[in-house]
Amino acid sequence: MSIRWRPFVILAVLALVISACSSSGGSTAPSAAAPSAAAPSAEAPSAAAPSVAASAAAEPVTVDWWHITTGEPGKTDFKAIADAYTAAHPNVKINITALDNEAFKTKLAATPPDAYPDLFQSWGGGTMAAQADAGLLQDITASIADWKDTVNPGAMSIYQYKGVQYGIPWDMGMIGFWYNKDLFAKAGITTPPTTWDEYLAAITKLKASGVAPLAIAGKDKWPSMHLWSYLLLRNGGGEALSQMIQTGDWNTDACINAGKAVLALNALDPYQKGYASADYNSEAASVGNGKAAMELMGQWAPSVQRDQSANKKGLGDKLGWFAFPTITGGAGAPTDGIGGGNGIAVGKNAPPEAIDFLKFFMDKTNQDKLNTDGIGLSTTVGTESTVTDPNLQAVLAGRGAATFMQLYLDQATSGNLAATFNDATVALFLGKTTPEKACQSLTDAAATQ
Amino acid sequence: MRADSPGTRSGPRLSAKWLTISLFLLPALVLYIVFVIFPIIQAAHFSLYKWNGLGPLDDFVGLKNYQVALASDVFWQAVSNNVLVIVLSLLLQIPFSLGLAVLLNRRFPGRAIFRLLFFVPYVLSEAITGIVFSLLLRPDALFDSTLQTVGLQGMIQDWLGNTDVVMITLFVIISWKYFGFHMILLLAGLQGIPKEIEEAALIDGAGRWQAFRYVTFPLIGPTLRVSIFLSVIGALQLFDMVWVMTGGGPLNASTTMAVNMFKTGFTRQQMGYGSALAVLLFICALVVALLYQRYVLRRDIDGAVTAYNA
Repeated sequence: MSIRWRPFVILAVLALVISACSSSGGSTAPSAAAPSAAAPSAEAPSAAAPSVAASAAAEPVTVDWWHITTGEPGKTDFKAIADAYTAAHPNVKINITALDNEAFKTKLAATPPDAYPDLFQSWGGGTMAAQADAGLLQDITASIADWKDTVNPGAMSIYQYKGVQYGIPWDMGMIGFWYNKDLFAKAGITTPPTTWDEYLAAITKLKASGVAPLAIAGKDKWPSMHLWSYLLLRNGGGEALSQMIQTGDWNTDACINAGKAVLALNALDPYQKGYASADYNSEAASVGNGKAAMELMGQWAPSVQRDQSANKKGLGDKLGWFAFPTITGGAGAPTDGIGGGNGIAVGKNAPPEAIDFLKFFMDKTNQDKLNTDGIGLSTTVGTESTVTDPNLQAVLAGRGAATFMQLYLDQATSGNLAATFNDATVALFLGKTTPEKACQSLTDAAATQ
Repeated sequence: MRADSPGTRSGPRLSAKWLTISLFLLPALVLYIVFVIFPIIQAAHFSLYKWNGLGPLDDFVGLKNYQVALASDVFWQAVSNNVLVIVLSLLLQIPFSLGLAVLLNRRFPGRAIFRLLFFVPYVLSEAITGIVFSLLLRPDALFDSTLQTVGLQGMIQDWLGNTDVVMITLFVIISWKYFGFHMILLLAGLQGIPKEIEEAALIDGAGRWQAFRYVTFPLIGPTLRVSIFLSVIGALQLFDMVWVMTGGGPLNASTTMAVNMFKTGFTRQQMGYGSALAVLLFICALVVALLYQRYVLRRDIDGAVTAYNA
């Protein structure tokens, strides 16, 4: 008897549960459809643009802002800018979430479309394009039209996709070698190397002087990926590199030669102790503490070295900067650069106040402050004079003189290919693959995009 | 059941009982379905698409993600790393925990302090354990300088950067974290065994080893089997510690099925492929769990207290 009843009761319970589930399934359906629905509405702000000023009335508005400027004084500066804005606009509340780089990427990847923040860290390029394709971003082309000319146009173009502006750059620089002048002098190197052969000679001298010549980060991968990218750019030139990104064919001489150059560098055993498991912070620490003589890094290097060094001061005026050396016989010009920087992308549901805040954020006064604090190299026109650090001035000069500027390869592309740049090149630096195999794996990854 | 269904009269009463049981099960069942069953079905659904996690789900590829996974070196590297951790746990970690449990079951001064000390690592979160050990294992940090001081500098390695060493390093740290848990479990099992049984064996002329081997060991069989089960399932799902310490690297040398799944889904933004990896991991864990319950834990689940042929 009991046995006969049991299945029915269980069935009844299941039916109840399933009906509960299907109704919850029903409620998620619109959210799944939302991205496509958002595409037409993404054009709405252009029509709504004039209402920005009008809506600055008393209606309470919350702006969610995720950024990755977790070091000091940048974190405080960002907070201060937000506070200054909300003081002038009491109806606006800005919720700041400051996350470390990797944590930010993971959190954003796990965020459902409807919960996307209004303003968030972006590097432009491929990831931003994928977000735009998915309808997660807002077309701000029209809403920033009245102040877009106050921002460096080259940097702005990185945050455009198919002619539509989705974000604003506030920092743009160029990757180069940051080196310890004292350690170079001790090794008998008087002027920074300008050719790859000179560079290898300098490595040998530094090694002989008992210091680790070059710091890389095998765990985080991207620092050495930039080194390989530069070797590729110097070998093949800007046009060839753009071609490879476009066609997805990486089985080229330039790519293979870049890999061979890495192997030649490996042969000198130039890296710091424990480089295979080092993360970027420990890379910066070894330079900041004077244990390694240089690192290839972007404009943020001095501030991270300072933060990670034992005395919290870094190298100070012992720190120097030089552009990536040229390769004899390579097609790349010495003024071709790899660069990029930080920006803020605008989420699809961002209120007009979020864009008004961006305008305030990009204001010369605020940007001058970020420049003087060394948080980045501002892209606001007219802020160049507040960059006083001679090294950052050198980076700025490099940015200004660039004949070709390639956005970081892992940012210019997205997803599988971007990750493969890191994986394939770190395998080269650890000596666990051949240049040919590395280039083949890039071609394979590009084919899956 | 048979005992309380003597006649036809009990039909309605019994159905009422089942209704009550079902009603009380309902909240748990709903939670279980929403947070376990539904995500599994969803992952299985995603795994049939090529999808970057952002746009609409519209590129149906059938079982291709599974084909790619089963043909990928990284997947098998991850599987072999999981298997390595399982085998080493069974060969080293569990016997070590059992030995400690037997020792700590004896009466001696300071016993409570030792029990506490051995259990402490288990209380730490995996992330904190991972960060602490990463710092200790950095070149020239505490661990290496200790080796140097005692004259073992020849043994110094790039503990987390050497592809041949990294899994062993991780295994030692995982064991350090979890041996206390298994020890406490086995200790509880040992304390459930009446002293008299072992004493009787000793009086009958059994040696200490014989008493352990033929009396104590079979009697803690049920606890030991649960301990092994938890260890195997834990090793299959190994993620946090590896992610914090090595991210699966260098060059996937320390990747596990869960790390590979996470990286594919979130770093490489291949949510469809990542879901396929998740489903494969789920199937592995499910098959192991079911087989283990069916063939090893059956006696325990059926309620037997002793098992002689353990």
